[in-house]
Amino acid sequence: MIEQSVLEEVLGVAMRTGGEFAEVFAEDRRNASAVLDDGRVEELTSGRDRGAGIRVVVGETTGFAHTADLSEAGLIAAAQAAAAAARGGGGGTNVVALHRGTASRGYDIETFPGDVPKARKVELLTRADEAARSVGDAISQVSVSYGDNRRRILVANSDGVFVEDDTVRTFFAVSCVATGDTGMQTGRESVGHTIGFELFDMYDIDQLARNAAERAITKLAARPAPSGQMPVVIGSGGGGVLFHEACGHGLEADLVSKGASVFRGRVGQQVASKGVTVVDDGTMAREWGNIAIDDEGNPAQRNVLIEDGILTDYMWDHLRARKEGRRSSGNGRRQSYQNLPMVRMTNTYLLAGEEDPESIIASTPKGVYVKHLGGGQVNTATGDFVFGMTEAYLIEDGKVTEPLREGNLIGNGPEVLQRIDALGNDFAMGPPGTCGKDGQGVPVGDGVPTLRVSSLTIGGTAA
Amino acid sequence: MSDELLAIADRVVAMAKSGEQVEAVVVRGTETEIRVFGGDVESLSSAQSQGVGIRVVVDGRQGFAYAGSLDESAIAETLADARDNVSFATFDEFAGLAEPDGTAVPVLDLHRDAMVSFATSDKIAMAIELERVVMAADPRISGIESAEYADSISEAAIATSMGIRTVGSETSCYVATYAMAADGDETQTGFGFSVGREPSDLDPSRAALEAASRATRMLGAIQPPSGRLTVVLDPWVTAQFLGILGYTLDGESVLKGRSLFADRLGESVGSSLLTLIDDPTDVRSFTATDADGEGLAARRNVLIQNGVLQQFVHNAYSARRAGTVSTGNAVRGFKSTPSVGCLSVSLVPGTSDPATLIAGIDDGVLVQEVSGLHSGVNPVSGDFSTGAEGLRIRNGELAEPVREFTIASTLQKMLRDVQAVGNDLEFLPMNASGVSLVVADLTVSGS
Repeated sequence: MIEQSVLEEVLGVAMRTGGEFAEVFAEDRRNASAVLDDGRVEELTSGRDRGAGIRVVVGETTGFAHTADLSEAGLIAAAQAAAAAARGGGGGTNVVALHRGTASRGYDIETFPGDVPKARKVELLTRADEAARSVGDAISQVSVSYGDNRRRILVANSDGVFVEDDTVRTFFAVSCVATGDTGMQTGRESVGHTIGFELFDMYDIDQLARNAAERAITKLAARPAPSGQMPVVIGSGGGGVLFHEACGHGLEADLVSKGASVFRGRVGQQVASKGVTVVDDGTMAREWGNIAIDDEGNPAQRNVLIEDGILTDYMWDHLRARKEGRRSSGNGRRQSYQNLPMVRMTNTYLLAGEEDPESIIASTPKGVYVKHLGGGQVNTATGDFVFGMTEAYLIEDGKVTEPLREGNLIGNGPEVLQRIDALGNDFAMGPPGTCGKDGQGVPVGDGVPTLRVSSLTIGGTAA
Repeated sequence: MSDELLAIADRVVAMAKSGEQVEAVVVRGTETEIRVFGGDVESLSSAQSQGVGIRVVVDGRQGFAYAGSLDESAIAETLADARDNVSFATFDEFAGLAEPDGTAVPVLDLHRDAMVSFATSDKIAMAIELERVVMAADPRISGIESAEYADSISEAAIATSMGIRTVGSETSCYVATYAMAADGDETQTGFGFSVGREPSDLDPSRAALEAASRATRMLGAIQPPSGRLTVVLDPWVTAQFLGILGYTLDGESVLKGRSLFADRLGESVGSSLLTLIDDPTDVRSFTATDADGEGLAARRNVLIQNGVLQQFVHNAYSARRAGTVSTGNAVRGFKSTPSVGCLSVSLVPGTSDPATLIAGIDDGVLVQEVSGLHSGVNPVSGDFSTGAEGLRIRNGELAEPVREFTIASTLQKMLRDVQAVGNDLEFLPMNASGVSLVVADLTVSGS
C-alpha cells in the first residue's frame, strides 16, 4: 500500500517533536452489499474507503490525525498534525528503521467475493425470500441482506513494526415479519464468517430463511414474558453475548485502568463459579471476530480471561500494556483508519462443561429457556448489564413449554458469574455480532454451551 | 468552500447519459475530539474527511456506490460502480430521484464562524475545566470514565439530474462526561452533557454538576420489588423512546407492513396530552438541517396531534408509492441511499415542571437512565423491556435510589398511559428532544 522508505520518512516526521511512539495505520477497504426487501432487490451498493490514521504519543497524551491522501505529502501533513496535537516540544529522534513482519491466519480464502458475479449474490437473496415466504401465509414481510468486505491494512510504528494483513468477511441475514391475530412478530437469522464466498458452502440458505420465518410465526403465539427473578437456561451457541456483557467489557484494560470496571484489582480472585473458563480468542479460524493481527500490528492471541472461575488477566492494547510494562494481548482494534484503536474483544466464549443439555433443562422445575439472545449493554463501572431475548420459552416442570414475547434480562456481572450452576457439553459459536464501544463498531464472535444461571431478573410484563 | 462541493456534484450530474437519473451527494467535514484524564489531554484527534455517494436510476432500477475520497479517479470509479449495480435491481415503477417540489429550502442559522475560529488551546481548556468541576463537585466523586470536548464543521452538497441543487454548512459542538461516585466497594455512574452550534452555547459546569449529581444520588441503590408503577421518564429517557416511536411512523415501514400504526391514520393512538412533531427547522435542535437527504426543503411536520395520528413521514420513493408527496424526511449519509426517518422529533411541552409532576405521584419511579433499548424494544411488535435505574418516588417526593430492574410495556399501551407531559424541553445530542413524561402502569421487574 505504501513504500517502506515513505513510512520511515513519515514516522521520522511524526517523532521529530519529541514523540515517544508514532504509528501509521493505513487501510484500503472495499464493501459490497445487496438488499432484498418487500419482494424486490432494492439495490446493490459498492463502496471504497482508503486512508491512513497517524498517532503520536507524548507522555500521557496521544495526538491523532487521519487522511484519505496516501501520497507522501498527504501522510507527512497528517504526521505533522498528529505531532502538533500531541503537543510535543522538540528534539526528538527521527530515525525509524522498519522490520517487515508477517501476518498469518493459518487458512486461505477460497473464493474472493469480489471475483463472484453480482448476479450470483442477487440469486441468493431471491432464493432466501422464496424459502421464507414458503413457510406460511402468516409471513407478511421478508428482508434479506448480503454483505462482503475486503480490508487490507498496514501498520508501521516507531518500534520498527511493519506488517500488513488482508481480511475478507462475508455475511448473510434474513429477517421476517409474521402477522396474526395478536399483531406482528419478527424472526431473524444471520451467518457471517471471516471467509469468502465459501460461506454459502457451509450454510443452507433455504434452511436459514425457513428458521427465521418459523421463529417469527412461533412468536405470534407467545405470551408475555414473566417479571421477577427465576432460573434461566441459555441455549448452546445462542447466548455468548451474556459473557461479552457480563464480564468481557469489564476486563478491557482501558476501562480497568480508569477504575471504571467492577473487575479492577481482582486478578487472582474467584470471580465466577468453579468450572467457568472464559476465553477471548482472535486466532479462532474463520470466526467472525478472527484477526491475523490486531489493528496495532500485534499477532492475534488466545487469551484465557477466567480459568475455572479465577480471573487470570485483562485484555490489553499497545498503550495500556506499555504503561504497565507488559506486552499487548493483541486486542487493539479500531473501526477504521479514522479512529484511534482501543481495547476490544475478538471471539469471546465460555468453554463447555460436562452435563447433558437435556438434563440441565429437566432439572429446572420453573424458569426461562433462552434459545437466542439479542444484543446487550453493560455499565462496566457498576457491573449491571442487560441483554435481549429474541427467542425464549417458559420451562415448567423440567420441560420447555410456551414461547415468550421479547424482553430484556437484567443482572450484575460479578453476581451472575457466581450463579452459573450448570454447564453443558454442547459448545457452539453463535451468530456474527458487532460490538459498539465509544461509537466504534468492530466484528466480534461469541459462543457458549447450554448453561444455567440460578437466578436472573426477567424483564417481562406478566406477574 | 461549499461551492467547491457543489461544483463536484454538478460535474457528476453532467455525466448523466440520456435516460439516466443521476444524483451526487458530496460531503466534507472537519472534526476535533479531545479527551482528558487526570488534568491532562489523553487524546486529541483532528481529522478531515470527505466522500461522495452516487445514485443512478435507469428505467425503474437503482444502483448506488460511494467512496471516501473526492479524487477525480475515485469519483469516476464510483459512478461506474453505481451504473454497474443498476442492472441487478428488481424493476420498481416507483423508483426514482426526488423531483423539485417548489418548497424553498429555509435559510437557517446553522453555521457559526465562531466555531471555525475557536482555538485548539481553548477547546483543551474547556475539556480540562469539565473534568475539574466534576472532580470538585462532591467528595464522593471517585473519578471519571470520560470527559470530552468534540466539534464538527460539516458541509454537504446535493445535485441531481432532476434539477435539485442544495448546499449547506453546519457547525456543532458538545461537551460530555461520565462521572463515577464511590462509597466503599460500591460505584455508581452518571453522565452530563451540553450541546450547541458554537462554543459560547456550551455550559461545561452544568454538564459536570449534572454528571456528579446523577452519580452520587445513585449511591446506595437497591433493587426494587416487582410491580406495576407510575413512572416518570426524564427528558433523556423520553427522547430515546421518541426515537423508536419515530421508526413506527416512517412511511417506508408503513408500506412494507412493519409499522404497528399502519392502519391508524386519523385515529386516536395515545393520550390527548401527546402532540408529536418532527421539526428539523428548529435551529436549537442538534440535528437541525435546512434540507433532507435528497435535497428537498426540511420542514415542520405534525405527526400526532392531541393523541390523534396525523401523518407518516416520507421520502420521495415512499411518498410516490403511497400516492402522496415527500415530507422532506429522506435520511442518509454519503455511504447509503436515502431511507425514511424523523429528523428532529419532539413532544410539544406541557405546563408542569418536573417537581410538580413528581409531587403528584404517591408511589412511583423516576427513571434517569435506560439500557438495552436496541435489544429490548421491538418497533415492529411494539413490545419493549429495558434496563433502568433511577429514584423511587414516595408520597410526592424523591426517595431511595434503585437499580438493576427493567421497565416493560408495549409502545401502544405506553402512549395511551401517558398522564402528564413536562415543560422541561431539553435538546440532546441526538435526533430527538426530551421532556419529562409521566406514564402509568408500567411493569417494573426487580426482586
